[in-house]
Amino acid sequence: MLTCESLTVAYDTTPILRNVDLTVEDGEIVGIMGKNGAGKTTLMKALIGLLDLREGTITYEGTDVTGVASNERARLGIGYIPQGRDVFPDLTVEQNLLIGESINADDDDPSYDLVYEYFPILKERASQTAGTLSGGQQQMLAIGRALVGNPDLLLLDEPSEGIQPSIVDRISEDMRTINRELGTTILFVEQNLGVIRGMANRCYAMKRGEIVDELTGSMLDNENQIANYLAV
Amino acid sequence: MNPFNLFFQFADSFAFIVLSAVGLAVIFGMMGVINLGHGEFIMIGAYGTTLVANAGAPLVAAMIVGVIVTAVFGFLVERTIVSGAAINWVAERTLGRSVIEPLYDRLLDSMVATWAIGLILTQGVRIVFGNSIPQLNTPLGSIQYGGFSYSVYRLVLSLVAVCVLVGLYAVFTHTKFGVRARATIQDPETARSLGVNTDEMYTTTFVIGSALAGLTGALYAPSLTVVPSMGTSFLVEAFVAVVVGGPSVLFGTTLSGGLLGAINALFTNLYGTFFGQIAMLLTAILVIRLLSNGLTGLVETVRDRKVGE
Repeated sequence: MLTCESLTVAYDTTPILRNVDLTVEDGEIVGIMGKNGAGKTTLMKALIGLLDLREGTITYEGTDVTGVASNERARLGIGYIPQGRDVFPDLTVEQNLLIGESINADDDDPSYDLVYEYFPILKERASQTAGTLSGGQQQMLAIGRALVGNPDLLLLDEPSEGIQPSIVDRISEDMRTINRELGTTILFVEQNLGVIRGMANRCYAMKRGEIVDELTGSMLDNENQIANYLAV
Repeated sequence: MNPFNLFFQFADSFAFIVLSAVGLAVIFGMMGVINLGHGEFIMIGAYGTTLVANAGAPLVAAMIVGVIVTAVFGFLVERTIVSGAAINWVAERTLGRSVIEPLYDRLLDSMVATWAIGLILTQGVRIVFGNSIPQLNTPLGSIQYGGFSYSVYRLVLSLVAVCVLVGLYAVFTHTKFGVRARATIQDPETARSLGVNTDEMYTTTFVIGSALAGLTGALYAPSLTVVPSMGTSFLVEAFVAVVVGGPSVLFGTTLSGGLLGAINALFTNLYGTFFGQIAMLLTAILVIRLLSNGLTGLVETVRDRKVGE
């Protein structure tokens, strides 16, 4: 579904990502773990097209999207959920969801009912401005906003950041349900051990802008090994 | 003091402030671009209307032409100067790189560039059409009350001003375009990553702002003297209204139209037009000194305090 080959991103002359290779298969939940500053958010921004690549290619559903603008990538079916939620604070919950309708241009039947079913609180707060929601509710809104356009791939940037633990667990669970019920492929970056173990089918480890390891199957049960990549 | 006189004076002043300001307010509020050529955009609308009406077209048709001409002009300015997209398109194909950085959210730069456009327009029109052209008559006659009379057309303008405000409010809160445009101004990067074509939003917004300027010019063409330098008087009112209004531009324009219009009407009625202007500008200075976020800033502070309780 998504393939990156020798992806390199640099701010001026300082490389942030170096030769990142990764693949995500249809229907998978793939995690990328790493500490702060490992380049996780940069990778997500490069994938959705908010940052230009120095080198490398990104292929999505067999199409080379390397030079394709961010809004066009979204319209191809990629739903991006930015770090720190980044909802539009002065728009209402419902208007925030409306923005997500542009995702996946092939599908012009927005799934408001589905979003409200997963996150009933959003229906309750539909006419409230998004800036007045709690952190957890904003995260749900950011997920709902990406989901409303029926994306084929979700890019999720550190869902646990700044959210209380009980809600973090709920969100991991919701993401698994979305993956199971809708078949939506999910690629997420995280440094929270619980979220990585709770969500990922497969996980890459990232260090100083490079992919250093790949954990599959039972390797993900080895808590010490994961913690090793997240230790400060 | 005749209450009808005061009311008509207020309606007239409110309409002039609101119609002068909306185009500027939309472009400033949505794109962070201060269009100092705004007055000259209004002048284009007025010239378009007057020239077409002089050629024999019915007034309403001439006004529509005036609006369209200004909107098209706005589109060209946006593509070549404000966003530079058209020039970059050519440069990328000849030089292999873009040469123009868009003026969005670059307040001072956008002021210099658009001021220059304004100067070129004033002089350009003067060279092409001379210092004066045959003027239009004000249509619709007048109503009589007591010993006074008032132009019906001016009353119509006040109604149009209210309709424009209501219409814009509806567009920016109840249409997909409006919601996307507001998302774009709040967080362009996130909007883009969710599939919103932000370039298109900016261009459309600029064209709407230009069309509104054209509408103002078209509406005032039959009741003011249409000359190349007429833009200046609109720009002052527009600027004052937007600054006094504060960050929430549409609501702000309505509030400042109401406040400044009332002050202007009252003092004009008591001491004449000259003192009406002085009182209005003094009020503007006071508001800016005391409320750094303008009238809508004050409204928001009061509302937040209420929610806090």
